[in-house]
Order: sequence, then C-alpha cells, then structure tokens
Amino acid sequence: MSGFDHRGEGGVNRRQVLECMTWAGTGVLWTITGGVPRSLGLVESANAAEPTGLTFLQISDSHIGFDKPANPNALGTLEEGIAKIKTMPIKPSFMIHTGDISHLSKPSEFDDAERIISQARLDVHYVPGEHDFLDEDVKLYRDRYGRGTKGAGYYSFDANGVHFVGLVNVVDLKAGGLGNLGAEQLEWLEQDLHGRSKSTPIVVFAHIPLWTVYPQWGWGTEDSAQALDYLKGFGSVTVLNGHIHQVMQKVEGNVTFHTARSTAFPQPAPGTAPSPGPMKVADDKLRSMLGVASINFKRGQERLAIIDTPLQG
Amino acid sequence: MAMISARFGIRLALVVAMSSWQLGTARAAETKVSIDNFTFAPASITVKVGDTVTWTNRDDIPHAIVSAGKFRSKALDTDNSFSFTFTAAGDYPYFCSLHPHMTGTIKVE
Repeated sequence: MSGFDHRGEGGVNRRQVLECMTWAGTGVLWTITGGVPRSLGLVESANAAEPTGLTFLQISDSHIGFDKPANPNALGTLEEGIAKIKTMPIKPSFMIHTGDISHLSKPSEFDDAERIISQARLDVHYVPGEHDFLDEDVKLYRDRYGRGTKGAGYYSFDANGVHFVGLVNVVDLKAGGLGNLGAEQLEWLEQDLHGRSKSTPIVVFAHIPLWTVYPQWGWGTEDSAQALDYLKGFGSVTVLNGHIHQVMQKVEGNVTFHTARSTAFPQPAPGTAPSPGPMKVADDKLRSMLGVASINFKRGQERLAIIDTPLQG
Repeated sequence: MAMISARFGIRLALVVAMSSWQLGTARAAETKVSIDNFTFAPASITVKVGDTVTWTNRDDIPHAIVSAGKFRSKALDTDNSFSFTFTAAGDYPYFCSLHPHMTGTIKVE
C-alpha cells in the first residue's frame, strides 16, 4: 500500500473517511469525528469479539506547566483525559506516555503530572519529550522515569506476545536537523530485535514522529530510516508518536505510523500556520482537539486497531 | 525610556570605541535577536568584538540557544532572555537545541 497522510479535524473529506473505513476492514479503526459514546462503542465491540486481546492506551504531550492562551489549564485537561480513561468499559492493560510530560521540566510539573496520571491506576511506560530534559542538570526525567532504561531512557518489554520498544529521539539534536536516535541507541535496537521471531508484533513508541511528517517544522527523525530498516522483516509493526499534537496516520508496507493528540493544546496542521506553536482555538472547540488513544491488538490481525478519542466529540 | 538609553548606549559605544580603544573599558553595543514563530530574527547579524547579543523568546514555547562549544543558554520560557558577549572574532553558528531546524549565525568582526 502506498503511504498517505490523514488528518483529524476539519480537513477530512468524504473520500478520506471512506479510506479510513476501508482500513477498519484490515484492522485499523480510526474515529475522525466520533464522539465519546461512539468511540467507546468501538472499543467495546473490538474487545467483545476477542476478549483475550490486548488493549493499551496512549497519552501524550501533557505539557504540565503550560498556561498560555491556547490552554491556560493543561493540568485540568489532563485530568479530563484520565477521567475518560477511568470510564472505559474495558480496563486497559497499561498506558504508554509518548513524552512532554512537563512543559519546563520543573519538579512541581512532574509531581502534578504524576498525581493526575496515577489516578488511572495503570502501569505507565514513558518515553521523554524534549520538554522533559530542560532542567539544569538534565536529571529529573532519568531520576523519575528512567529506572532500568538505557542511554537517555530507551528500553523494551513484552506484553501478551507483543514486543514494545520505547525510543528516545529528543537528545543530541544537531543544528538544522530533526529528531535523533543516535548510533548507540540504533545499535541497541538492532540487538534488541535480533533473533526475535518475525511474526512477533512490534510496537515502537517515541516522542517525535519516526517518519518525516514535515521537516520544515522539524517533524521527523534524522536517522529513523535505520531503525525502520531493522524492523523490515517483521509482519506487523506499529509506530506510535506524539510531539505534533494532532492525529496523523500513515501506512507503509508492514508499518503503521500513528501520532496521538496532546492533552494540553493543539498544534496546526503542517504548513497551515507560520510556525508549529500552540494553536489558539475557540474555547468550545478546544476539547475536540485534545484527547487520548486506545490501541487494541488481537492475534491473527495484521495491524493494531487504534482509536483516537477526543476529550469532547 | 529603554529605547532612548539603548540608542544612547550605542552612540556612546561608538564614541568610546573610537576614542579610547586602548582603555579596555569600552561600553560595547548590545544587539537584540527576537525569537518569534520558531524563527531567529534577524537570523544573521554582524557585530563587533566586545558586543553583546541578547535573545528574547516571544513564543509560547520554550527555546534554548546553543552554539557548539561556544555558548549555551538555559531553556528560555516566554519573554525570557539570554545574553552573550563576544570576545573573539569569528563566525558563531547557533541553533535551538529543542527545535534544531531553528538556526542563526552571529558574525563577529
């Protein structure tokens, strides 16, 4: 299948909706304008068919500490996201957070984030965003979330036969470049995947997109091609990212790329604004542009079903 | 008021630079670079040895200024500034360590 981009919010026409519906047949579900009940319904039916399937959640870009006009209460909207998770009919196995937990890496910001996120009563697997490494000594993220990880915080784990890999692409960024994995991490990834059965479904998660969304705004990762090369032989690869504060999806061969909404503030679609900075929208529209994602995996399906749920439909 | 004193400062700096170069107490000029819409403006400037450049972040997102091996700012929140005084001639390419597509150059003569 050739790659193509999809955008949530606004710019979705009837043809694109139909394309997304087509994906539903091959295992990718993606609600575009669906309100909460509809999304929960989809989660429910996806689980009802195969109760042994694995369901996990993705939240991203909480930016705790952000208080600018685009959303003066980022803590409040994170709280709404977590409240939504608590009402899900099927309890997810765990949660991943794809970075930018804090806005300025202040201890109080990490504390506030932890206080709210822990209310979901789920294990959380984190990867850092560039906003999580801003403290002077660059140690708060490592101290709080980096136990048992390598380098700046990468690691892997297994759940229900799915292999999860959390990568860090927000350190050692080079002038003029994009996100960066670095030689050491790439070598570790090659080793980590080495000898694994090609039928093992792989989920890779990192903050900055691992495909080139829009290089003019830095939305891509310089050396992601090398990482994707290591993932080539695997039958099912799902790449989950944050950073761009909007839903985008692309399918390329065996790899499904997906970015999640932020719980803090939306950012503009590529090239539609002078910069990727926080986008101020009408107050009654904000919650339709923030949200969480739930991902369901059922054995025998090529792709994982990803459902993006806005805070408000 | 700030404008007036800044302008006075520049004029004074020129006078001092021309008349008392040897004293080593010359009050050099200060040049401002604003960070707006993920862009350094102006992106490329030329200053004299001893001049100070001050970057001010006007975005709602933090930025940090890094010139490899030369200078490095903390993360600048909205309206925060960082200053660096250039004591040696040369080209100083710099970038934002959070958003590396943002680049600029200071040429020091």
